[in-house]
Amino acid sequence: MQNTKTQETLVGIFVACGIAALFFMAMQISNLSSFSKDDIYSITANFENSGGLKVKSPVSVAGVRIGRVVNISIDKDSYESIVQMHIESQYNLPDDTTASIFTAGLLGEQYVSLEPGGSEDFIAANGAIDITQSAIVLEEVIGQFLFKDAAEE
Amino acid sequence: MTHIFQQLGHATLSSFAKLGRSSFFLLLTLTGILSVIPRPRLLIKQLFSIGVLSFLIITISGLFIGMVLGLQGFNILSDFGAEEALGIMVAASLVRELGPVVTALLFAGRAGSALTAEIGLMKATEQLSGMEMMAIDPIKRIIAPRFLAGFIAMPLLAALFSSIGVIGGHIVGVGMLGVDDGSYWSQMQANLDLYDDIFNGIIKSIVFGFIVSWIALFEGYDAIPTSEGVSRATTRTVVNSAFAILGLDFILTALMFGDL
Repeated sequence: MQNTKTQETLVGIFVACGIAALFFMAMQISNLSSFSKDDIYSITANFENSGGLKVKSPVSVAGVRIGRVVNISIDKDSYESIVQMHIESQYNLPDDTTASIFTAGLLGEQYVSLEPGGSEDFIAANGAIDITQSAIVLEEVIGQFLFKDAAEE
Repeated sequence: MTHIFQQLGHATLSSFAKLGRSSFFLLLTLTGILSVIPRPRLLIKQLFSIGVLSFLIITISGLFIGMVLGLQGFNILSDFGAEEALGIMVAASLVRELGPVVTALLFAGRAGSALTAEIGLMKATEQLSGMEMMAIDPIKRIIAPRFLAGFIAMPLLAALFSSIGVIGGHIVGVGMLGVDDGSYWSQMQANLDLYDDIFNGIIKSIVFGFIVSWIALFEGYDAIPTSEGVSRATTRTVVNSAFAILGLDFILTALMFGDL
C-alpha cells in the first residue's frame, strides 16, 4: 500500500511538473499579449514602399506596442503598398496621425511607428492614415550617398 | 522467375496484412480506453513507469541540448553582433523542433522499447492467453492503459524538455557568456507566438506520443512469441518509431510553418 502511495505521489509530481512547464512556455517564452478579436479595430495606411514589413510586425506609439500588422497588399492603381493594422480599441488615434516604417536596430525587424497629431477627431474603425513615410531602404540611402559624393567631386 | 514474383507478392500481402492488423489493433485500443476511465489505478501505474521513469533522461538531455544551443548560437550570432537574438534562437529551435522530436526519440528508446519487450514477453509466456482464459480482455486491461499513459506523458515530457532547454541556454548564454538577461527573455517573448509556435509544438508532441505508443504496443502484441521474436520486435519499435517521428515531423512542419 505504501508503494502505491509513493507511486501516486511521484506521478502527481510528474504531472504537476509537466503542467508547470506548459505554463512556463505559455507565460515566459511566448507573448501572451495577443488580444482577442473583440477589442480591436482595423485601420489602413498606404506606403510608397513598405520595405521588409511583415504580417504580425508590431505597431507602436511612442515605443509602446498597441497593435499588429495583419495584411499587406498592393494598390492596383497607384502601385502603393496597403498595410492593414489591428489596433487595440482602448487606444484612439487622432485623424492627423502619421505612420512611418522604422527598423529596430540595424538588423532588427521593421515596425510601424504612429505619431499622433493634434486633431480633436479620432480615426474611425476601418479608417485610413493619410500621412505616411516609407520604409528606409538601406541600398537607396547608400546609393544616394555615393552619387552625392561622386557629384561633388 | 516465378519464385521472385512469389516473394514480391508475399512481401506485399504480408505488409498489407500487418497494416490491417495494426489498424484493427488501434481501433480496439481506442475503444478499450473507455474502460480505463473507471480504473485510474491502472493508468497511474503506467504513468509512473512511462512518465516518471523517463523524467530524468528527458530533463538532463533537455538541459544539455539547451546549453549546447546556447554555446553554438552564441558563437554564430556573435559574428554578426547579434548575441541579443540568442534567446529567440534557443527557444524557437527547442519549442518548434527539438523539444517534440528529441523527446519523442528518447521516449521511443526509453519507454517504447520497454513496452514492446514487456508485452512481447507477456505473449511469449502466455500471460495474455491466460487472461483471455479468465475472460479478461488483455487489450482493455494491459494495452489501453499503456497507450493512454504514453499519450498523456509525451506532451508533458516535451514541455519539460523545452522549458529546461531554455533554462540551459540561459545558464550558458547569460550566465557564462554574458548575453544581457533582459534581451534574452524579451527577444524570445517578442518573437514567439503562443498559437503559432507553442501550440503547434504541443500538437506535434501529441501526435508523436500517439504514434510511438501505437508502434511500441502493436509490435509487442504482434511479436512472434519466442525470445528472438521479442528481440526483433523491440528493434523494430525503435527503428520504425524513429522513421515515423522524423518523417511525420517534416510533414507537420510543412503544414504548420512552411508554405509548401
